[in-house]
Amino acid sequence: MGVLARATAGQIAARLEHAPALPPHRRLRGPEAGLVMVRGRQGGDGGPFNLGEMTVTRCSVRLEEGGLGHAYVAGRDLRQAELAALLDAALQLPALRGALMAAVVEPLAAMQAAAVATLARKAAATKVEFFTMANMRS
Amino acid sequence: MYVAVKGGERAIGNAHAWLDETRRGDPALPELSVQQVEQQLGLAVDRVMAEGSCHDRGLAALAVKQAKGDLIEAAFLLRAYRTTLARFGTSEPVETGAMRIQRRISATYKDLPGGQVLGPTFDYTHRLLDFALAAEREAVPPAAEAEADPTPMPRVTELLAREGLMRREPADTTEPPDLTREPMRFPTSRAGWLQALARGDEGFLLGLGYSTQRGYGNSHPFAGEIRMGEVTVEFTPPELGFAIELGEITVTECQMVNQFAGSKSEPPQFTRGYGLVFGHGERKAMAMALVDRGLRAEELGEPAEAPAQSQEFVLYHCDNVEATGFVEHLKLPHYVDFQSELEKIRTLRKGGGA
Amino acid sequence: MITAGFNDPVLDSQRCFRAVLDAMSRPGRIHRLPALPEAPAPLNPAAAAVLLTLVDADTPVWLDQPEAADWLRFHAGCPVAAEPGAVPFALAAGAMPALASLCQGSEEEPHLAATLLVQVAALRAGQGWRLAGPGIEHEHRLEVVGLPADFLAQWAANQARFPRGVDLVLCAGDQLACLPRSVQITEG
Repeated sequence: MGVLARATAGQIAARLEHAPALPPHRRLRGPEAGLVMVRGRQGGDGGPFNLGEMTVTRCSVRLEEGGLGHAYVAGRDLRQAELAALLDAALQLPALRGALMAAVVEPLAAMQAAAVATLARKAAATKVEFFTMANMRS
Repeated sequence: MYVAVKGGERAIGNAHAWLDETRRGDPALPELSVQQVEQQLGLAVDRVMAEGSCHDRGLAALAVKQAKGDLIEAAFLLRAYRTTLARFGTSEPVETGAMRIQRRISATYKDLPGGQVLGPTFDYTHRLLDFALAAEREAVPPAAEAEADPTPMPRVTELLAREGLMRREPADTTEPPDLTREPMRFPTSRAGWLQALARGDEGFLLGLGYSTQRGYGNSHPFAGEIRMGEVTVEFTPPELGFAIELGEITVTECQMVNQFAGSKSEPPQFTRGYGLVFGHGERKAMAMALVDRGLRAEELGEPAEAPAQSQEFVLYHCDNVEATGFVEHLKLPHYVDFQSELEKIRTLRKGGGA
Repeated sequence: MITAGFNDPVLDSQRCFRAVLDAMSRPGRIHRLPALPEAPAPLNPAAAAVLLTLVDADTPVWLDQPEAADWLRFHAGCPVAAEPGAVPFALAAGAMPALASLCQGSEEEPHLAATLLVQVAALRAGQGWRLAGPGIEHEHRLEVVGLPADFLAQWAANQARFPRGVDLVLCAGDQLACLPRSVQITEG
């Protein structure tokens, strides 16, 4: 679910081209944009406080053959939320799960992991290496 | 007292049309896209998200464009938009200790686990105008990369707390107040003021924070740690009953470390002031942490005499949308009030001349 | 299995809101709701539509039968309360709770009183009770099938508490009629 929440509708749709067709569905609720109040912790690790809201889009679908799918994703992309809800429902079908994981979820997860790793490497390149008396001698 | 006035519609319509034209500027130049604002004026977008108290880069960028770059007006637009959206619920508290770090520095420890990571910072730039940016540029080369260090990056405050030198935050599990639902009442809790400060005006908090350093509040702060990066937001939908990830948001956190002389029940130790804001907002997070520590004076048994230590002074005035509303309402017709003042002055002068 | 709510949550709830507003303004007049959700048992379509239109996360709801609680929470996001005494909205799919057992508001804040939705067997115009009061020029007739035998006595007591007192929304099938606390009812 987190992987689909971080992907764009375009990225999900592109991966779905390589996946088995998704079963027909009906919208149960949404897709609709709303807000979630984001909380932080006082002092970083104390009690909760309300930091501010973020936009979130949610969608719930029902497969014609039965089965519910729910999605809540950051942002206001209605199509992303509906695709994520539909995939959530379809991933619960044993017949589809393996193929959808391989065609959609895993490649998206790999893309996201690569982006995270690139950012981490750029951050690492700005890490300060101090020259202290101790390590200058060695 | 205000008087309802009719007849300005045409003037207002024309004024708004002119506003639109001036917003567009010279039509011979390409129009700025919202995506360009979002990508290339990212810190303006971050500030509008923080003060608009709504994390959505696209909306904040649109607000910046619509407001012609007036960031307070943009925050106002974002606040107004958020009122049209239903609230689905409340997230789990974000774990800034698990942040995916872009920047993390400490002014108290040189060698700390995970090291000092500068990130994309203005620090150490020479503040010389770069005329290369005014010219057509070749593609900007990507920033250098290095082997990422998997060492966890514990917070500086945690390192001190493990030695017993940093006062632990009280484990407060009460439901925090929410000033978007209930007007603030005084005295409010720390959770209450942290929310107000997180959406407070950067300039106002910067000035107040500065005042605490200059002697109005007797604070001796060190920037224990500043970190900026991505945190995962988790939310538990009622129909699922377990937490799911909504995605990532960028936040900036600042922990100020201050001395505390101790009390009858507590030994001398360090205390912290805390700042957390949406986006990359280092100046704001630092100012917020200074003011948070100022507001804790009463809790820590210190004299509370300076402006930054007064809840009512800080919290009633830190919101720039509220402040704008009250300052700018002076533009509204006050014809009748003024007429009565005018008559009073005339009467007084007549009386004085007699 | 949860069924769908409004087809178009924004426009449908606005249309229903207009219907409820008209019905409250003209007490006893029967209105047909223009948009209906897939109401789960034991809710009738009108009651389900009114709930989706009026309740949200800030308005706890009490239901006399819990079967539809999940559906309501899912679509409206409202808390479902265990007791009827303090909620702004209550729904009786079965027997109507005593009006006096619901939140009456206060003299200072009479708008904080409960609105009670009652599912009834039928609503018929032109016969039955005689209604009078604000929103009715001379007299309006309404017959309600399925209210408790002592309803008119309860209503007289409710009226005596004015400006406190509960407001009623009577729902039958896809129809509704409202009895705001200001309306006087006499036997037909």
